[in-house]
Amino acid sequence: MSEDLAIGFLPLVDACLPILAHEHGFAEEEGLRLRFIRDVSWATVLDRLLYGHTDAAHLIAPLAIATALGRSRPAQPLAAPFVLGLNGNAISLRPDLAESIGFDGTLGDPRQIGAALAIEAARRCKGGRPIRLGVVHRYSSHNYMVRYWLAACGIVPDKDIELVTVAPPFIADALDSGEIDGACVGEPWNSVAVDRGAGVIVLATAQIWRRGVEKVLAMREPVLDEKRPQIEALIRAMRKAGSHFVDPANWDENAAVLARPAYLDQDAALIRRAISDHLVLRQGDRPVHYSDFMFQYREAANFPWVSQAQWLYTQMVRWDALEFSAEDARTAGKVFRPDIYRSALKDIGESLPGASSKVEGSLRGLTQVGTQSGSITLGKDGFFDDRIFDPDDLEAYLKALPGR
Amino acid sequence: MRVAVVDESALRASIIEEGLAALDGCEIFTLTDRKALLAQLELIDPDIVLIDLGNPSRDVLEEYFAVSRALARPIAMFVDQSDDDAIAASIDAGVSAYVVDGLAANRIRPLLDLAIRRFNAFSRLQSDLAEAKGKLAERDMVDRAKRILMDSRSIGEPEAYAELRRKAMNSNRRIVEIAEAVVTAHDLIGGQ
Repeated sequence: MSEDLAIGFLPLVDACLPILAHEHGFAEEEGLRLRFIRDVSWATVLDRLLYGHTDAAHLIAPLAIATALGRSRPAQPLAAPFVLGLNGNAISLRPDLAESIGFDGTLGDPRQIGAALAIEAARRCKGGRPIRLGVVHRYSSHNYMVRYWLAACGIVPDKDIELVTVAPPFIADALDSGEIDGACVGEPWNSVAVDRGAGVIVLATAQIWRRGVEKVLAMREPVLDEKRPQIEALIRAMRKAGSHFVDPANWDENAAVLARPAYLDQDAALIRRAISDHLVLRQGDRPVHYSDFMFQYREAANFPWVSQAQWLYTQMVRWDALEFSAEDARTAGKVFRPDIYRSALKDIGESLPGASSKVEGSLRGLTQVGTQSGSITLGKDGFFDDRIFDPDDLEAYLKALPGR
Repeated sequence: MRVAVVDESALRASIIEEGLAALDGCEIFTLTDRKALLAQLELIDPDIVLIDLGNPSRDVLEEYFAVSRALARPIAMFVDQSDDDAIAASIDAGVSAYVVDGLAANRIRPLLDLAIRRFNAFSRLQSDLAEAKGKLAERDMVDRAKRILMDSRSIGEPEAYAELRRKAMNSNRRIVEIAEAVVTAHDLIGGQ
């Protein structure tokens, strides 16, 4: 079987797994030939997926769910059988704002930073020019992480702080010009802003939720049904790519590959820093290490937990001001496909979680969870406000959330 | 009907504008600068917005429309289910369309068809241009190789070309590849 798959992507570091699966021959070993279509907006990545230009795409997870629910496009069933990574984003602020909330050259405590930001936000509102933050898309985990954090710190999003959409490559410009006061974006764009002196990184989104679902590999359900063997082969190839990606011996090589014009077209040094969980927070400062800044492979990172999809649904209800619908929650949950993930990996000795859903945010330390052949160890996965998400009672969770 | 064409390629935007201007009752606005895009759109208050798929401002635009749905003139993607073919054709051509709520399909369709044709024509122009440039570059390379052979071996032009051609045929390569090798070797070895 030598089959072609066309993969859509946006130039971000977390598009790495399918790219490296191709570049290191893992896809070829599985009998697959991958072809990449690079785009610069999520709308276009989505449209190419929906209209058959691509078979699968690197996609912001909430957008896969929004599409299944018919938000902004007529509903189409999408499937996400593989999570391309958790974490990997950061919140950057203009240097003047960062200073006024007490930035001291380190990644601070989300609660403290949030409290200081609340005070500054109130001050600027009174002055007639509210703080404005940029996010990449309303259906992105960036948007949901920022809003989760702000609301938990007593800041009402859209009222106390404005949120606007800015495309990742223009974040540095927008910070520089003062069009926005801060942004939540994936790497390498925070580092690009820091490099220019336009921004200062104050938080990694992993500090808000240590295991937040980020990008998925998404496809139309009919394509999954029609090309199931190829998709499962791709999953196996991407797992190999993940193992290769997290190995420090390969960081230089992988940064160089991703830096190419056909892929990210960015400085390999910035990419290598992100891959190795290092961040330069402020122009001229030394890099700091933040473990799990990017999370592409370990601890079943790629497993599409249904609970993650349902968490995203609750945030969609919260911020789109929707009525909660049990049926929509089920539809959202069905987008994530752990059955495909298990089917793809069952014969190659991978440890596969026995459950398809979990209580999110409840792990306080290293925890053994059951797999079909033993167990795996999951690390801390908490939300910074210690809130726990139980997928068995979505409505209760929603009611308890602040600032809705 | 007010039509906004959002395209960072001023050349392509003007080609679209020229085509649409031929339609009755259309006022065309081209927006090629991403700065102040939304402010301009607000002033124009278009009935239809066309934007190329490669435009980095698509997400910003869609967010603007999503918010506008709460306002007086909601704008949606051109996603009338019965026109899936039209949408597919526009995606293939590289353009997406957004229309104000309530605009009749028979007013949108001719405009979209024209935009699709113009987008496709522009793509063909671009690839023709790339091909022509490529061919010119190849001709240039072959000319240089011929001159090198003529100078170094004191042979005439037809002979020099014949040498290149013979070598290409014998090694099953294209003449331009042989020419490239001659030029590169000459540069490295250090000719006059």
